[in-house]
Amino acid sequence: MSQKNRLQSGGRIDRSKALSFSYNGRQYQGYQGDTVASALLANGVDIIGRSFKYSRPRGIVTAGADEPNAILQMGATEATQVPNVRATQQELFNGLVCSATNGWPNADSDMMSILGKVGGKMMPPGFYYKTFMFPQSMWETYEKVIRKAAGFGRSPLENDPDEYDHVNQHCDLMVVGAGPAGLMAALTAARSGARVIIADEQNEFGGHLLSSRERIGGKSAADWVAEIVEELASFPDVMMLPRSTVNGYHDHNFLTIHERRTDHIADKAPTGQVRQRMHRVRAHWVVLATGAQERPLVYGHNDVPGCMVASAVSTYINRYGVVPGKQLVLMTTNDGAYQTALDWADAGREVVAVVDTRANPQGELIEAVRKRGIKVITGSAVIEVSGKKRVSGVTIANIDAKGEKVTGKAHSLMSCDTVASSGGWSPVVHLSCHTGSRPQWNDEIIGFVPGPTVQKQLIAGGINGTYALDKVLAEGVKAGQEAATRLGLTAADTQLPNVRSVREGKAMALFHVPHSKPTSRAPKQFVDYQNDVTAAGIELATREGFESIEHVKRYTAMGFGTDQGKLGNINGMAITAKILGKSIPETGTTVFRPNYTPITFGAIAGRNCDELFDPKRFSAMHKWHVENGAKFEDVGQWKRPWYFPKAGETMQQALDRECKATRESVGILDASTLGKIDIQGKDAREFLSRVYTNAWAKLGVGKCRYGLMCKEDGMVFDDGVTSCLGENHFLMTTTTGGAAGVLEWLELYHQTEWPELEVFFTSVTDHWATMTISGPNSRKLLAELTDIDLDKDGFKFMDWRAGTVAGVPARVFRISFTGELSFEINVQANYGLYVWEKLFEHGAKYNLTPYGTETMHILRAEKGFIIAGQDTDGSVHPFDLGMGWCVGNNKPFSYIGKRGMAREDCVRPNRKQLVGLKTKDPKVVLPEGAQAVANPKQAIPMDMLGHVTSSYWSANLGRSIAMGFVKGGLERMGESVYYPLADGRVIEAEICSPIFLDPKGERQNV
Amino acid sequence: MLHIYCPHCREHREEEEFHVKGQAHIARPLDPDSCTDKEWGEYLFFRKNPRGLHHEIWYHTTGCRKFFNVTRDTVSYEIKEVYKIGEQPQVVAKG
Ligand SMILES: [Zn+2]
Repeated sequence: MSQKNRLQSGGRIDRSKALSFSYNGRQYQGYQGDTVASALLANGVDIIGRSFKYSRPRGIVTAGADEPNAILQMGATEATQVPNVRATQQELFNGLVCSATNGWPNADSDMMSILGKVGGKMMPPGFYYKTFMFPQSMWETYEKVIRKAAGFGRSPLENDPDEYDHVNQHCDLMVVGAGPAGLMAALTAARSGARVIIADEQNEFGGHLLSSRERIGGKSAADWVAEIVEELASFPDVMMLPRSTVNGYHDHNFLTIHERRTDHIADKAPTGQVRQRMHRVRAHWVVLATGAQERPLVYGHNDVPGCMVASAVSTYINRYGVVPGKQLVLMTTNDGAYQTALDWADAGREVVAVVDTRANPQGELIEAVRKRGIKVITGSAVIEVSGKKRVSGVTIANIDAKGEKVTGKAHSLMSCDTVASSGGWSPVVHLSCHTGSRPQWNDEIIGFVPGPTVQKQLIAGGINGTYALDKVLAEGVKAGQEAATRLGLTAADTQLPNVRSVREGKAMALFHVPHSKPTSRAPKQFVDYQNDVTAAGIELATREGFESIEHVKRYTAMGFGTDQGKLGNINGMAITAKILGKSIPETGTTVFRPNYTPITFGAIAGRNCDELFDPKRFSAMHKWHVENGAKFEDVGQWKRPWYFPKAGETMQQALDRECKATRESVGILDASTLGKIDIQGKDAREFLSRVYTNAWAKLGVGKCRYGLMCKEDGMVFDDGVTSCLGENHFLMTTTTGGAAGVLEWLELYHQTEWPELEVFFTSVTDHWATMTISGPNSRKLLAELTDIDLDKDGFKFMDWRAGTVAGVPARVFRISFTGELSFEINVQANYGLYVWEKLFEHGAKYNLTPYGTETMHILRAEKGFIIAGQDTDGSVHPFDLGMGWCVGNNKPFSYIGKRGMAREDCVRPNRKQLVGLKTKDPKVVLPEGAQAVANPKQAIPMDMLGHVTSSYWSANLGRSIAMGFVKGGLERMGESVYYPLADGRVIEAEICSPIFLDPKGERQNV
Repeated sequence: MLHIYCPHCREHREEEEFHVKGQAHIARPLDPDSCTDKEWGEYLFFRKNPRGLHHEIWYHTTGCRKFFNVTRDTVSYEIKEVYKIGEQPQVVAKG
């Protein structure tokens, strides 16, 4: 089939550049300058999909962002699949591959209608509302049908091969829309010296002038646009962004622009090019010149392919040289749409009639149409069209002056294949709504215009309900001048070009065309095509008591599609208002949210993928860990060694070996990731006393102490060892994950509560490499490398010393998280790897064994040491943990957490308390998270006593060990609790002390 | 995304650099131990949720690491003023 609807000449297409493309597996031809929609229409493709609920054939309705039906799946390869592509906005390129998304197995086939009918019955209005109110099992049944039958496309199964960028922009003035108003605003501001960004979603600047036959300043509209664009391009501080949709207008004049740089060339960007950019713009002032979208009228079977919006028909003719049919019936409530009849007639095709809903329309365009001999039927409406896959005729009836009912008999079944309708225009107020401003109804223009806003925002042209070209241009100049003035510039004077103004009559406020039958019995009258919402459906919703427009929307799903109700929302509100006997403003407004049109995940992600998704942090010894086969675990952003398997070892075998080697000889842990905060100042000691639960007044220089931190509610939130480096100098350690939060918390209290305390906090986590050697041979090993006296009575447990290790200045802390004799060696990070390797040179004879976080967890659990964040969850205080020994009750200052843990609920009996757990069968390891019950035979839901927080196989003890919470657990030593699991097993465990090994703590004191 | 003036850095920076820390001007009781559970509970848990002007603490997390106060309109998201810790707001809700 050739391009049977293509005109021989005219339009902004290049007939010398033929492009071939594939739609639903068939090859077609179009021209450079086409959109997919214009090329399909040129080829006479009527059906572009089937409707969501009723499976009705659907065709192209509009020529822009408001298109509800022509939503395609695009992409020649799996990796380049893109769903939700609007055919009306996608530029054609050679080799483009696309298919209908709605209407599996194919849009033309009637097979789907069987499923569709089922779907229709299953999905009455209120479907979503009702479905979500009823058991979820129902949803699963519906979902299978809906997803398969309807789904708006699919995402690719392979990685996106393209690159995307984020760009931060700052400008004096952001102009949204490059139609006549936007161009004039940008030009005037630029001439005044402003730094301007102007963006437009279309491939060329000009807005509706690209499809207009108007003349400006004696030139064609296109020539005039070209001149303005040329001048704008001459300003070094003007950035022009075509193919760039301003999708979001956020607080404080922050806007996001989705720029498509190569989507018009191919479905994959040429090598070395970025496919799309997301511009993040902070603008001093914004001019919204977004124009308006034409409303179709709501009438019987108005969704049959061939029913279009009037201005879209003109656009296809004037811009693309495509007449989307042979015989036109035009229905209108206003003068402007008469231009479509003239365009159609000038294209050499038949205008069957213009049906005007007004009784006595008067205006220049009407006279022009009549003069051409075109039949104008007044005081009437198309109440219904006939035809299934394409319009074949219309039924016309007289209507009353208010457009509320049909007067007399429906008559004259006229034959035609296209019905263009116009119910007037809706300003594109979307962006102005994004920051919370509510649009306001304007009776003059029969539409919503932007309401009051706190943004530094100006509006011009169609968005303001101003449609006459001369006035649009004037508003553009005025907005540009006002922006310049507000920016403190001297506003330039821009001469307005000469434009012939057209005398127009008053439009009629009509949205829903009456039918001779009541709405509920009339043929379906569609309001929202994408969600199959009909006028009858809206009636039903209000009858069921959903009277707020927000409820009606949720009940019917109106405006919930990918088109966000651009075409249907105002009509839907008008119908609701009519049923309720209210005015449109009384019924409410409709608020639009970002994004204006769908945006790709690629553009959202930008470069923040793979390696750049999140920073990775490595210790100074990372290279060694990699070379020695470590498996890694993510702890926050840190990559920590998890365990070091040898060839052929399972994870458990590696852990068993690491645990035994440490307790029998010596193991080594890279502890560099622990948070380290340097604290200095004359009040440092006082500050520590206030933020830790225990006492710090007497900690001498050279000593270390373990401390617990609580929040004001008395609940533990972090722990660690803090050492006294000097009288006014301490080094605090925190958990790896808690480091940033603890620092912020210390700063908060210092800056907001106790600014009188002289104390300074500095994060030094990355400055130090920390390696902990642990085990009975750790002293012998260290002695070979240090000048520090390691005598057990001179360098006691919980002491620290400065000296050298392997010739490198070091701080060595005799602290232990394993319960073994341990030394934590800290050296400047740059020397970390060197010292680590020296330790291994000397450690070979002691079987020095590296271990990771998993063995660290097992060894500390054998000793009953908690890990904040694993054994605590923000709901336990120190006494719940059996750590009352770490709470200083005689401190003069009421430290953070003291009052909190004295609350009634914190001192009641039977709180959940941390205890040790020994499974009856020592070989069975409890799953972490398992819930304890007293009686496993109790009917579900059972009374739950607490959960397992830590659980491991202990090679040293030859059995499983666990810690967990049990209500009143500290008083229940020796009792059994039961853990019923999802797989049906019930594990019995005995409550015991969490200290499984060396309860007297002798091993660390040798 | 808010554009926030840091009174310590003395320039506008993007919201991404800041953390909000909730309602401002909640002084820690000087003698917590003498508070009843109710008083302590109110200090700990009860916060205003006004429609309109709200005084809140912000932290210039990735900037100067200083806390400061912001008076923000919770409806329009306008920032009416910023002022340092220890200072009082000039813009306050009526009544
Ligand atoms: Zn700052």
